[in-house]
Amino acid sequence: MFRFVAIRTLQAIPVLLIIATMTFFMVHAAPGGPFSKERKVTPEVLRNLEAQYGLDKPLLTQYGNFLWKAVHGDLGPSFKYANRTVSELIGDSFPVSAELGFWAMLIALAIGLPAGILAALKPNSWLDYLPMSVAMLGICIPTFVLGPILALTFGIRLEWFDASGWFSWRDRVLPAITLGFFTAAYIARLTRGGMLDVMNQDFIRTARAKGASEVRVLFYHALRGGLLPVISYLGPAIAAEITGSFVVETIFNVPGLGRYFILSAFNRDYTMVLGTVLFYASIIILLNLVVDVLQVLLNPRLRFD
Amino acid sequence: MVIEPESEEPGSSLWSDARHRLFKNKLAVFGGITVLLIGLVCLLGPLVISYRESDQNLQIAGQAPSAAHWMGTDNLGRDLFVRVLKGGQISMLVGLCATAVSLTIGVLYGTISGYFGGKLDAVMMRFVEIMYAMPFAIFVVLLMVFFGKNFVLLFVAIGAVEWLTMARIIRGQVLSLRQQEFIEAAIALGLPKHRIIFRHLIPNVMGTVIVYATLTIPSVMLLEGVLSFLGLGIQPPRSSWGVLIQEGATAIEEYPWQLLFPAIFFSLTLFSLNFFGDGLRDALDPRASKD
Repeated sequence: MFRFVAIRTLQAIPVLLIIATMTFFMVHAAPGGPFSKERKVTPEVLRNLEAQYGLDKPLLTQYGNFLWKAVHGDLGPSFKYANRTVSELIGDSFPVSAELGFWAMLIALAIGLPAGILAALKPNSWLDYLPMSVAMLGICIPTFVLGPILALTFGIRLEWFDASGWFSWRDRVLPAITLGFFTAAYIARLTRGGMLDVMNQDFIRTARAKGASEVRVLFYHALRGGLLPVISYLGPAIAAEITGSFVVETIFNVPGLGRYFILSAFNRDYTMVLGTVLFYASIIILLNLVVDVLQVLLNPRLRFD
Repeated sequence: MVIEPESEEPGSSLWSDARHRLFKNKLAVFGGITVLLIGLVCLLGPLVISYRESDQNLQIAGQAPSAAHWMGTDNLGRDLFVRVLKGGQISMLVGLCATAVSLTIGVLYGTISGYFGGKLDAVMMRFVEIMYAMPFAIFVVLLMVFFGKNFVLLFVAIGAVEWLTMARIIRGQVLSLRQQEFIEAAIALGLPKHRIIFRHLIPNVMGTVIVYATLTIPSVMLLEGVLSFLGLGIQPPRSSWGVLIQEGATAIEEYPWQLLFPAIFFSLTLFSLNFFGDGLRDALDPRASKD
């Protein structure tokens, strides 16, 4: 396992390098610069600004400087937020996104797993049809429809929760549900499929024949195999929640990394965009690695290689 | 059921078999019919309705649904029904074009990788694995911000994101087809490689291609919706369902129907396409796992 983790970590280096390179040249090939929107900037001031941020140097030098600093953990100063470094901004906003993602994942698992297991235990009954229809709805209603509807109904009309900001627990509920609903639906479908496969296998019949109780069959024998599809979905799920958070954070005015990313892209905040993309990529690679390790640990048929 | 007389090998009655299985699946049939209906209404409706997408009339702005305006009007007094239908045309067009892009890349990549095998296959599949780790949605967002307001770029960018899974699946299929006698015969006959690939291999993976195309369209439409919602997709005066939903979401307090109608059309289309795609998959490839 140590070898596996080491190899995968080493593999991440070229991936991150490719991502950094692609993003860097894409950002610099784009028309318009970070200071082109500023009003009444004289050519002199513009030149000074560009010199201050090193934008006057040849592109390859800039690229080299960027890589050298990034390797040392320095993502540079933000172009738009004066006197703040990219690392500080990410440090401020990522915990917000991570908390939102955590609640969303919790909701997704708390709803998706039981719904899927119930559906698989009584296939083709109303315990199957009802949750699975809701799950299909969850997959087809996009976050940008669900979000405004929830905000209007429970935030503005009923005033149960707050529909904007990030101050107390009342702000957490609606964004977390919006973000978690799709994942919950998908997890429910995967759990049902996985559990149905496992429950029809011989070792379950053997366990029952030995007189194991249904509870023991379910939780001790079946769950471990039945949840494998869910585990392998967790990697893509996290990536999806990151993208989903662009939308959800915009709808509910959450000061998370997703909103910063969209804003800095619009503002041509080069360093911020580059830093955020690298950060996102590292997170996705790291979480995929964790998911892969989990998968092997839970499934004896797989080996690290 | 008509079974083609030339059905000697087990594969050749695949299509009639599949049709039979598909028609027995009521949800899939329902999904297919619904998608067809929505497509037809979106295509033909604007020709029949007496309003045009661009007709603005501030005096009737923000009206509730009525006999004259079935879905009401938006805040510039444009008829919402005709806008929803026109937006549907764009959304579906983007869905189809982007899917076509991703299919072309995925099928060619997968076929070449599977057919030539060996080192080339190893390298190509390693590349796919690396690409899986890329935060693609982020790149599409960046592309649209920096080079956006370009209709063609939109679906090329989305299509370039969605080909990975397709390439993997096709490669698996081609690997097993390669072992079969008719391909060995084609190689023994000395047919040129491109002919083997285009005349013998690709037609045999068409079933899989159709299934995954049907399942790719909704995910592509969803991505287009996200981009349009963030203001990065379709630009005015054109609109898509994503754009309409975004406009509706900002006006939801006063005019909830402005969100409701495009959202219903959008979700119903995704819903139906997913059911139809699931049904097709079960019909054409009974062994494929159901998620």
